[in-house]
Amino acid sequence: MRRYRRVAFLLLAPSLLLIALFVYGFIAWTGWLSLTNQNDLFVPHVRFVGLSNYLRLFHHPRFLIDLKNTLTFSLIFIPGSLVLGLVGALLLNTGVRAEGLFRTVFLMPMALSFIVTGVAWRWLMNPTSGLNLIFDALGLGFLKSGWYTDPAVGIKAVALAAVWQLSGYTMALYLAGLRAIPQVFYEAAEVDGASPWQAFRYITLPLLTPVTLSAVIVLGHISLKIFDLVIAIAGISGGPAFSSDVPALFMFVTTFQANRFAQGAAISIVLLVLVSFLVIPYLYWSLRREVAE
Amino acid sequence: MKAGRWIAGVLLGFALAGLALAQGGKLEIFSWWTTGGEAAGLFKLFEIYKQKHPGVEIINAAVAGGAGSNAKAVLKTRMLGGDPPDSFQVHMGHELIDTWVTTGFMEPLDQLYREYGWEKVFPQGVLELLKWNGHYWSVPANIHRANVLWYNKAIFEKYGLKPPKTYEEFFSIAEKLKKDGIIPLALGDNGIWASTHLFETVLIGTLGPEGYKGLWTGRTVWRGPGVKKALETFARMLDYVNPDHAARSWDQANDLIIQGKAAMYIHGDWVNADYLAKKFSGYGWAPAPGNYGVYDALSDTFGLPKKAPHRKEAIWWLELVGSKEGQEAFNPLKGSICARTDCDPKLFNPYLQWAMQRWKTDTIVPSLAHGAAAKESWLAAINDTMSLFVTNRNVAQAQNMLAQACVDAGVCTR
Repeated sequence: MRRYRRVAFLLLAPSLLLIALFVYGFIAWTGWLSLTNQNDLFVPHVRFVGLSNYLRLFHHPRFLIDLKNTLTFSLIFIPGSLVLGLVGALLLNTGVRAEGLFRTVFLMPMALSFIVTGVAWRWLMNPTSGLNLIFDALGLGFLKSGWYTDPAVGIKAVALAAVWQLSGYTMALYLAGLRAIPQVFYEAAEVDGASPWQAFRYITLPLLTPVTLSAVIVLGHISLKIFDLVIAIAGISGGPAFSSDVPALFMFVTTFQANRFAQGAAISIVLLVLVSFLVIPYLYWSLRREVAE
Repeated sequence: MKAGRWIAGVLLGFALAGLALAQGGKLEIFSWWTTGGEAAGLFKLFEIYKQKHPGVEIINAAVAGGAGSNAKAVLKTRMLGGDPPDSFQVHMGHELIDTWVTTGFMEPLDQLYREYGWEKVFPQGVLELLKWNGHYWSVPANIHRANVLWYNKAIFEKYGLKPPKTYEEFFSIAEKLKKDGIIPLALGDNGIWASTHLFETVLIGTLGPEGYKGLWTGRTVWRGPGVKKALETFARMLDYVNPDHAARSWDQANDLIIQGKAAMYIHGDWVNADYLAKKFSGYGWAPAPGNYGVYDALSDTFGLPKKAPHRKEAIWWLELVGSKEGQEAFNPLKGSICARTDCDPKLFNPYLQWAMQRWKTDTIVPSLAHGAAAKESWLAAINDTMSLFVTNRNVAQAQNMLAQACVDAGVCTR
C-alpha cells in the first residue's frame, strides 16, 4: 500500500509542482502586487500601500458600474440559459424524430469562440442595420432598440448574445440529466394519479438539481470572467458611459494601456473573491454529498 | 594533404563569413501599420533601405488592430521581457517619454541630430516635444494634424455656408442644418478616443494654445473656469451629433460626410487619406473652430531601444526615417506631412500642401488623444471621463474627474 502511495505521489509531483508555481504562485504574486504602488512601468520605490488600491477601486465610477453590469449580466444570462436549456431538453426528450440533428444545431453555437459570436451579434445589433431593420419589416417596430449603443440597454444586449451561445450547453446537460432519471419514478407517479405537471415539479426538477447546480457554477464562472464577448460587441471602451463594461475589460485596459499594474491586480483579486463565493459553497456541498454516500 | 587543408580553410572562411552575415544583417521594425496608405508608406521605406543597405534582411513585425493598442500591449511584453525590436513606432511626446525614456529603456539620439543637422530642419515646437532632460529620444517620421474641420462642399454650397471660425458661428450653422434634418457634426466614438480628440480641439479653442499647453504642466488649473467653459461648449456640440455615434468608428463617421448625411467632421487629417481611398472629392477643410493659427500635432516616431539586437542596422533605419528622401517617400503615401520643413510640396496633395504651409507658421501644440501631451495612464483616465461625460453631460463630475486625473499623473497637486 505504501509503495502505491509513493508511486502515486511521484507521478503527481511534476503536475503539482507546475500548478503550485504557475497557478497558485502567480495568484499569490498578483495578490502581493495589488498591495503595492506599482502603478507605472517603472516605479523607483516599490512599497506596500496596504489596501489603498482596493479603496480607490471601490470609489472609481467605472468599477462601480462594472460591478452593477456583472450583476445585471448574471441575472439575465444564468436564468436565461437555464430556462431555455431546460425547455429545449424537455422538448428533445419527447422522442422527436430528428433528435440528433436538433441536438447538434442547438449545441453548435457553443463551439464558436466568443469573439466570433460577438462580431456576428455586433452586426445584428447595429441600430441602423441588422435586427432593427428586420423588426421594422415585420411590423414589430416596438422591439427596436439601440442595443449596445444605448446606455440604458448596454450589457443586456451582450447577455442576449451570451444566452444564445450557451443555452445549447445547458440543454445538453439537462438532456443527459433527464435521461438519467429512472423511468420507474414516472410510472409510480402515474399509478398514484399525478398530473404531468406534478410529475415534473416533484420528480423531474428535484432530480435535476445536481445538473442545475453544476450548470450554475459553469455559467457563473463565465459571467464573472466575461471579456471577449464584451470587447467584440461593445468595443474596447466598454460602450457609452461604460454601459457594457465589465471588470475583466477594465482590468485589461488599466493594466496594458494605462500601465497601472497594481490596480489591475486588485481587480483580479476582487474577481477571484467573487468567484470563490460561487465555487466554495458548491465544493462544500458536493464534498458533503460524497461523504454522505 | 596540403590541398585538403587549403580547401578546409577556405570552406571554414566562407562558413564564418556566412555566419557573420547571417547574424548582423537583420532589422526588425515594429509598428501597427498593417493596411492601406500606412503599410504602403512603410514598404516604400523598406524598399529604399534595401537599396542603401543590400545585405540586411528586414523583418516587418507589425501588429494589426486597435489603432495600436494591440501593438502597444505586445511591445510592452517584449520590452519588459528584454527582447526589444530594433526600432518601434511610437507617438512623439509623453507616450514615448513617460513610458520608455524615464524608465531607462531608450538610447539618446543627440549624435544623429548633430550629424544630420536635424535641429535646423525640424520646427522648434516639435524639437521641444522630442526632448527630455536635454536629449533627443526619437526621430519623427511624419506629422498629422488633429484640429481640422472637414465639410461636405455640396451641403455648404446649398446653404451658402462658410467654415465657422468661432463657436458662435459653429452653433448658428449647426442650428440651421439641424432644422433641415442634416446632421451638423459627425462623430464616431465607438473607440472613445474619438470623443477625447474632439474635446481636445474644444480645449484649444477655449483656452488658447498657451492655456492648453499649461494643462499638461500644471500651469493651467483643471478646476478653473476655462475648462468648465470648454466642457459646456463640448456638451452643447454633442447636441448636434449623429445619435448612433457610439456604434460608429471614426471612419464610419466619415462615411456620413461622404454620403451627404452630415455636414461637418472635426477630426485628424487621416480623414483626408480616407476620402482619397474611397474616391470622394466633394470635401473642403479649414482649421477647427477656435483653432485658427494653432497646429495640434501628433507624430509617429522611431527610437533606439537600449538592447536593440542589431544596433547598427537600427541606426541606419533612423537615418533614413529622418532624411529628406525617406520622408518625401513615406509621407505622400501615408497621407501626412513631413516633420522636416524642407520637403518638396509638389509631391503632396492639396490638403497636405495647405498643412505644410501651416506647419511652418502655426503655433504647435501636442495632441492629447494621440500620446503627445500626456502619458498613457493620464490619457486613459481622461478617456474614462469622456466615456461618462458624452452620455451624462455632467460638467461638475467631469471636471472633478479631470482634476483628479492630473493629480494621479503626478503633475497637479489638487
